[in-house]
Amino acid sequence: MLSIAERINGMFKDVREAIKNKDPKAIRELAIKQTEAGASFLDVNVGTAAADPAGAMKWLIEVIQDTVKTPIAIDSQKFDVVKAGLSVIKNEVLINSSKGDPEELDKYMTIAKEYNASLICLTMDKCGIPQDVERRMEIAMKIVEKAVEHEYELSKVYIDPVLFPINVDQKQPALMFDIFNQIKMISDPPPHRNVGLSNFSQGTKEKRLLARIFLTMGISYGLDAAVMDVLDKELMDAAITAEIIMNQHVYSDSYLTACRK
Amino acid sequence: MEIPNVADKWSSGVNEIILGATKDNGGTRTKTIAIGGSKCVPFMDFEGNPGHKPVVAMDVSDVPPEDWPETLSKPFTDVLNDPAQWAKKCVEQYGADLICLKLDGIHPDKGNKNADQAVKTVKSVLAAVGVPLIIWGCEQDEKDNEVMPKVSQAAKGENCLMGIVSQNNYKTLTATCLADGHSLITMAPVDINIGKQINILVSEMDFPLNRIVMFQSTGALGYGLEYTYSIQERERLAALTGDKMMAMPVICDVGREAWRAKEAKSGDNEAPQWGSRDERGPMWETITAVSLLQSGVDIIRMQHPKAVAAVKKCIDRLY
Repeated sequence: MLSIAERINGMFKDVREAIKNKDPKAIRELAIKQTEAGASFLDVNVGTAAADPAGAMKWLIEVIQDTVKTPIAIDSQKFDVVKAGLSVIKNEVLINSSKGDPEELDKYMTIAKEYNASLICLTMDKCGIPQDVERRMEIAMKIVEKAVEHEYELSKVYIDPVLFPINVDQKQPALMFDIFNQIKMISDPPPHRNVGLSNFSQGTKEKRLLARIFLTMGISYGLDAAVMDVLDKELMDAAITAEIIMNQHVYSDSYLTACRK
Repeated sequence: MEIPNVADKWSSGVNEIILGATKDNGGTRTKTIAIGGSKCVPFMDFEGNPGHKPVVAMDVSDVPPEDWPETLSKPFTDVLNDPAQWAKKCVEQYGADLICLKLDGIHPDKGNKNADQAVKTVKSVLAAVGVPLIIWGCEQDEKDNEVMPKVSQAAKGENCLMGIVSQNNYKTLTATCLADGHSLITMAPVDINIGKQINILVSEMDFPLNRIVMFQSTGALGYGLEYTYSIQERERLAALTGDKMMAMPVICDVGREAWRAKEAKSGDNEAPQWGSRDERGPMWETITAVSLLQSGVDIIRMQHPKAVAAVKKCIDRLY
């Protein structure tokens, strides 16, 4: 599965301080640690406090690219910040994220194609975040339609059905499994299925356990990407084990060693 | 009507390995052989680069084989006592791409030759032919661990393919091959999970993944071919979808296994309804090899010149 490492985010104090003081040390350490933990992408989010978000995004990306070769996920709700990030990208890149409105998708898919980037698309639009499976799937269909219209490869599209925190609406997590299944059948090849995992268990007492169990259950229904805490070794090993159980890799006694590499 | 393109896309491929070393690279081989590199399932080159053609290694033994039927030994009658001349004949007359020197004679029950004798044989074969060598122990762990390191040292710099290592016995030969610059055959007995495990174990000794060839042991036509086939097919699909521990080229031991079948070796009087033994035996070996090629094989060990010719022709036509 594709693990999008969440830790380089201005919401965390050490990252916020690093951005403020232009001190690359903490960023370098997080880039190395998350890469060693097996991150497929390093998510980069400048947070809300940065005085110059576009400049901060460029600076963070440059520091990370000087340190590791791991692909970057540019995480921002502001289009100009995404654009600034893309302008300094050297390797493979993922944009996190576009909303499901047609005009948003036009804008993001055009730029994603231009930079050969992958794109997370949220099943939410002007009307907000749907509460049910049907409306989420309706937006998912529109995302796929737009990709076909733009001749944008579906293997680069990550549909994110927007997972609510468990302590906000307990009915929601179970709906996700049905959605992953349906997205798998939407096209051939299908788009990826992504969630923001830490958000799901935020503010709960059993944060790690909830994330781990949701991820393993999700994998059994076709979840194949998540913005997550890759430094949680038990979470990473649980994901590998779920994939082994789903016959996605050949088993061997040292499968954890093999898959961690 | 437009015909839809149903070609699969593969994200990865089989490792490429060069066997043998010429003078420029510290060896004495006159040619090297490249294997692997496939980025599609066999014979589906519209899905990706098919990589290098499979190659045929002809078996040469350090002692005259005791169990070979007449059909098989006839082409080699003049050389069975001389591995160097035997190898030369395989290369010059029968077109072997490389030689698999099988050190059966070191086995305690088959002559119990010592390391010095084995080294002498290896050196004589290296001197007689210019193609790369596969050097295969007697598959008795204790004796192999005693003899193979010395053989490896004697062939240092030639980039031979040495075998075999298994889950229960891999450290000695892996360390030696690492030191002497050879490639290595990892063996699992018709078990894909152990096949992966032995590759992981060897790689944990810092042996480079792109110097490993996998061997699943081989079943001949009528004697478990389908088990070997399905495992090798699964290994190939795993390689194409990015499993680094399954991305090694594959070797099959077709010659020995095919000629153990009664259908291949029985005399004309024993089963007259089966047709002439001289046709039947090579045919059995050919069909086993050609069938296994479809599953994804990079080196085929073979024995009878007629079968070698037929299989090489088939490879040339399909690639």
